[in-house]
Amino acid sequence: MNEATKLYQVWVYLQAEPLFWLTLTIGAYLLANRLYQASGLFPLVNPVAVSILFVSACLMTFGVEYERYFEGAKFIHFLLGPTTVALAIPIYLNWAIILKTRRAILMSVSLGSLFAIGITFAMAHLLQLDPVTVKSLLPRNVTAPIAMGISEIIGGVPSLTAIITIVTGIVGAALGTFVLDLFKIRDMAARGFAFGLASHGIGTARAMSRDSQAGVFAAVAMGLSGIITAAIIPLAFIILRDFQGSAG
Amino acid sequence: MLESIFIIFMFQLIGEATQKYFALPVPGPVIGLVLMLVCLLLTRRTGVPLVADCRNRLVTTSQQLLGYLSLLFVPIGVGVIMHLQLLEAQLARIIGVIMIGTILTMVFTAFIFLKAGGGERDE
Repeated sequence: MNEATKLYQVWVYLQAEPLFWLTLTIGAYLLANRLYQASGLFPLVNPVAVSILFVSACLMTFGVEYERYFEGAKFIHFLLGPTTVALAIPIYLNWAIILKTRRAILMSVSLGSLFAIGITFAMAHLLQLDPVTVKSLLPRNVTAPIAMGISEIIGGVPSLTAIITIVTGIVGAALGTFVLDLFKIRDMAARGFAFGLASHGIGTARAMSRDSQAGVFAAVAMGLSGIITAAIIPLAFIILRDFQGSAG
Repeated sequence: MLESIFIIFMFQLIGEATQKYFALPVPGPVIGLVLMLVCLLLTRRTGVPLVADCRNRLVTTSQQLLGYLSLLFVPIGVGVIMHLQLLEAQLARIIGVIMIGTILTMVFTAFIFLKAGGGERDE
């Protein structure tokens, strides 16, 4: 048996192991994070986007199916739940300052969430997307597990919503800094709040990497907008259905 | 470390159970977040050594976990790339809605936050 065949057999064994994909994911992320730091936290070198592209390129090159990859990556994915619970800590540590700004928080979270839903609905209609796609788009600015739950309730496609949600997070994290600079919004709390509301966890991670106060307000905006959106969208659909029912 | 992991998992479990029991549209971990926050706020003036000790450990572990928040989106994100064909013919329009919608939402939210006095915090 020659060297090449032996190496090939090792590869066949390794790529069937969850450990391989878990290690690849962590390695890709560490590499992407190095790049992000080296670029001086330049937003377009977003570590989430870079690691996703790197891992996807590996999978496509070697013809590996996503399901096999996820066998290893699920151990990382699992931590999303506990980390969501852990978001209670930055909120707790900054409780006094949150109480002080409660008026601004409540106003901007409710108006901002309504705006996000409204603008998505209006644009999706303008571009004549089909109704199922419109429903899958509506909850796109809240964290993936909440968005998927809402999508299912109103008749969207949850997996489509998951894709849209992740893209929204990356777009917000990558472009937010430029946009807020352009409109001369310099207040760290306002910036963080916008990141958390418009692009959930990925935006929050970006805000946290820049400024601890921006991170706290991002976490608050993400949590509250998730809860409010989960109430608004299904309720709006029930009201609309009743209205159409009584009109017809 | 193990104590705080246990506490966080417990709150998530209670959150998941509450969500299932009342069939709430809010995910279990978010309910867990709210419950843990309420417990922390209720016990914040308690000087009992065990509670204070748990709280300190919880702060350290949570901050470590949150330091890796962005890593946790990589597995779903890879799924996004691998399943991009789901968007098919509508891809360009969907991306358009996402880009413009996200940018406008950010600017609008930040403006409302400042207009409502969120910028005056005198820390």
